[in-house]
Amino acid sequence: MTTATANAPAAGAATDGPVFYVADEHEHGEGGSTYLGFWLYLMSDCLVFAVLFATYGVLGGNYAAGPAPKDLFDLSLVALNTTMLLLSSITYGFAVLEMQKNHTQRMLLWLLVTMVFGGAFLFIELSEFAHMIHEGATPQRSAFLSSFFTLVGTHGLHVTFGIIWMITLMVQVWKFGLNEANKRRLLCLSMFWHFLDVVWIGVFTFVYLMGVLR
Amino acid sequence: MSTDAHAGHDHKASGHGDHSHDGHPESTLSGYLTGFVLSVILTAIPFWLVMTGQLGNNGLTTVVILALGAIQIVVHMVYFLHMTPSSEGGWSLLALIFTIILVVITLSGSLWVMYHLTTNMMPMDPSKLP
Repeated sequence: MTTATANAPAAGAATDGPVFYVADEHEHGEGGSTYLGFWLYLMSDCLVFAVLFATYGVLGGNYAAGPAPKDLFDLSLVALNTTMLLLSSITYGFAVLEMQKNHTQRMLLWLLVTMVFGGAFLFIELSEFAHMIHEGATPQRSAFLSSFFTLVGTHGLHVTFGIIWMITLMVQVWKFGLNEANKRRLLCLSMFWHFLDVVWIGVFTFVYLMGVLR
Repeated sequence: MSTDAHAGHDHKASGHGDHSHDGHPESTLSGYLTGFVLSVILTAIPFWLVMTGQLGNNGLTTVVILALGAIQIVVHMVYFLHMTPSSEGGWSLLALIFTIILVVITLSGSLWVMYHLTTNMMPMDPSKLP
């Protein structure tokens, strides 16, 4: 809104006199291209996951006489994990809705709830990993396990950084309120968080469910 | 030609001005709830199919859960990531389509090539040796 009013006189002046150059920079408000830029980052992240999915798809059947997905995966635990991530997605949506109404306290509360669900997801995933490693199903055991830990671990790492980002933003909003910059960051984290949920759909379908069917 | 381009640019610039105060298309409660309900259903069905073995046939189950997963990804894109053909002047959709093409080439290409490579390799399982 501020950029539109600031641009109006400049644009008027430009059309009156001879135009020697196009002052493109003035027409983009601060952060105006952030969403597109962040979307492009997410798309490149998507390619990272595509490569990891392809690696898993190629190596996922090479058990080296070790444990197969059927022996390792506990689908009820994966279903619980998926529920955690889905719930964290909708609570982040509630946080965005409160942000649009400028309710700082409620926004922070929903963000905290999202963080708890995200933390629960990580806890369940790490305990699953710990259980597998305890049973001897380490990444070194077979090509299947190497690619499994790389793919699912990379997703878990993303969730970890999402939670760190969330804590940072909560402190930011707590200290500086819901200003334009913080709103922009919250919407970027929203895209990141929902994107991780999209990747998880691929993980539970391609890795867990199809692994058990294999 | 040049005036057309300029007019187009002006239009885009004013679009940017509109964007900068809300950034995204406005999120609505009904949109999030619709997305949530749909994704719960689309998550529950594949888990139920695999855990109970309703369809009996593994190949058929695989096709069904892959299809449901693809539908759920679209649901998340529309209701949670607010993808519309017009967001960011169409550039995010263009980037998405480009990425999907690359993802499909990477996945199908790797699986296809490596599957044939595996079938042409010497069998590792001693029982399958001639």
